[in-house]
Amino acid sequence: MDRLRLVFSGSGGQGVITAAIILAKAAAIFENKNAIQSQSYGAAARGGATRSDIIIDDAEIFFPKVIQPNILVSLTQESYSTFAPIIRPGGLLLVDSKYVTIEKKVDAKHIALPMYNTVMEKIGKPIVFNICMLGALVGISQLIRPESIMKVLETTIPKDFMDMNKKALDLGMKMGEKNRY
Amino acid sequence: MENKNNIRFIQGNEACVEGAIYAGLDFFAGYPITPSTEIAEHLSARLPQKGGKFIQMEDEIASMGAVIGASLTGKKSMTATSGPGFSLKQEALGYACMAEIPCVIANVQRGGPSTGNPTHVSQGDVNQARWGTHGDHSIIALTASNHQDIFKITVEAFNMAETYRSPVIILLDEAVGHMREKLTIPEPGDIQVVERLRTSVRKGIDYHPYLPREDDRLPMSDFGGEHRYNVTGLFHDMWGFPNNNPKVVSELLRHLVDKIENNVNDINMYKEYWLDDAEYILVSYGSSARSAIHMAKNRRSRGVRIGVLELQTLWPFPTEMVREKCAGAKATIVVEMNMGQIVTQVKNAVDNPNNVFLANRIDGQLISPTDIKTVLRMIQGKGV
Repeated sequence: MDRLRLVFSGSGGQGVITAAIILAKAAAIFENKNAIQSQSYGAAARGGATRSDIIIDDAEIFFPKVIQPNILVSLTQESYSTFAPIIRPGGLLLVDSKYVTIEKKVDAKHIALPMYNTVMEKIGKPIVFNICMLGALVGISQLIRPESIMKVLETTIPKDFMDMNKKALDLGMKMGEKNRY
Repeated sequence: MENKNNIRFIQGNEACVEGAIYAGLDFFAGYPITPSTEIAEHLSARLPQKGGKFIQMEDEIASMGAVIGASLTGKKSMTATSGPGFSLKQEALGYACMAEIPCVIANVQRGGPSTGNPTHVSQGDVNQARWGTHGDHSIIALTASNHQDIFKITVEAFNMAETYRSPVIILLDEAVGHMREKLTIPEPGDIQVVERLRTSVRKGIDYHPYLPREDDRLPMSDFGGEHRYNVTGLFHDMWGFPNNNPKVVSELLRHLVDKIENNVNDINMYKEYWLDDAEYILVSYGSSARSAIHMAKNRRSRGVRIGVLELQTLWPFPTEMVREKCAGAKATIVVEMNMGQIVTQVKNAVDNPNNVFLANRIDGQLISPTDIKTVLRMIQGKGV
């Protein structure tokens, strides 16, 4: 496989970094890939722009940061404006249509999906917004098997929350599959 | 099938925790500080599970004192901190050097001086690890660039602390401490674990805490246990009592330095990549080494004869090894995130210090392969 470089960006509290960890962990442990996840740290715990970098590859990964992502996910207008210019030409940009209005197009496939609204309408809990985003990303790009993500969730979240997460992942995948990339 | 129970996807700080547990850590005292906090956080859960003790102390100074005390009673002990806390620990660290008390101090480096750049990467404490405490002494400092190696050097840090009866410093940095990657936890026995050498002197018979055996090692007796003895930061005789006799002072100081400097080759840990025919050699360590290896691999694919010498033992500095490895190079580039702390050592080590250059970054960002390439191109006379 070619080296996959992803940047997940959004606002503190949206679960962007958690989603990045889940994806990288799924690739590393359940798909036998090499994966690295890192994040920009600031002093703020909530609010403010957050960013997490993920690299997935069959080959060994040394430099752990992403300079030009193949895939950029932005869940706020601020993070979209900040990071859209660094996307790798021909890459993929996924945004949430409630939070982000696409302004100037860059050389990438642009996909805006109503992930937040769908989660609120069908599940009613914003806490699984990030899992829906992961589902959408998997549906669009097939970068990982959804079962691998479920396996990570099984080992990290309480049983009572599994159904909700599974549903969010499925909702995302359905939206994503209509926009195969 | 691979045993998935042994595979973790964790931060570098957690890899250090797993290494410490594997090495037999019994006691941790600390005062959490970014970017080392996860070491304390995870040990607070892991240590009690195995019957160990975790104490969050009132500050870094007290933490170091508690670690020294616990070690004297026979427990493998460590603390974890970052630059500002490492400064506070220096006085007690010197006491551990003088009283020859095994202990491990992890310093996950952030930008300094002072409170500096708390959430960003730096390698500015290399010289502090060497000379942070006052007076002539020697010290062991180890570092690593990936989680498997962090695990390994952490186990070795405990082994060396016991072998040489010395504080051992684990110098990590924010980038490698916070990033997540895979760690496969070795099976028990895969890495040798050195246990405390205890005295064979029986209860009721005089025990001399600083009377060396024939092999120069000093067996210990758990403090508060079977033997009564004195421990001091003053120069002392074989009973551990203060003594300023010139012969005693001179012999003790030489012993403190020699026990480490004479074993440079045993303490030295390093890795090398493509050095055999290298015209250009990158010398690096910690997270900087990741960028150096990335850059060298990339240049190799374009025909540049370039290799990497990754240091894992920074102190005692492996002068002879560096001189030998760099002997055939047209140029040696030291890649580090400070104003040039290891480059000075490399210049001292090699035959032609004019061929040693520094590629550094000090703005809190991880040095990138492009940053190193820019320096290489300047050396090659290709412009930037």
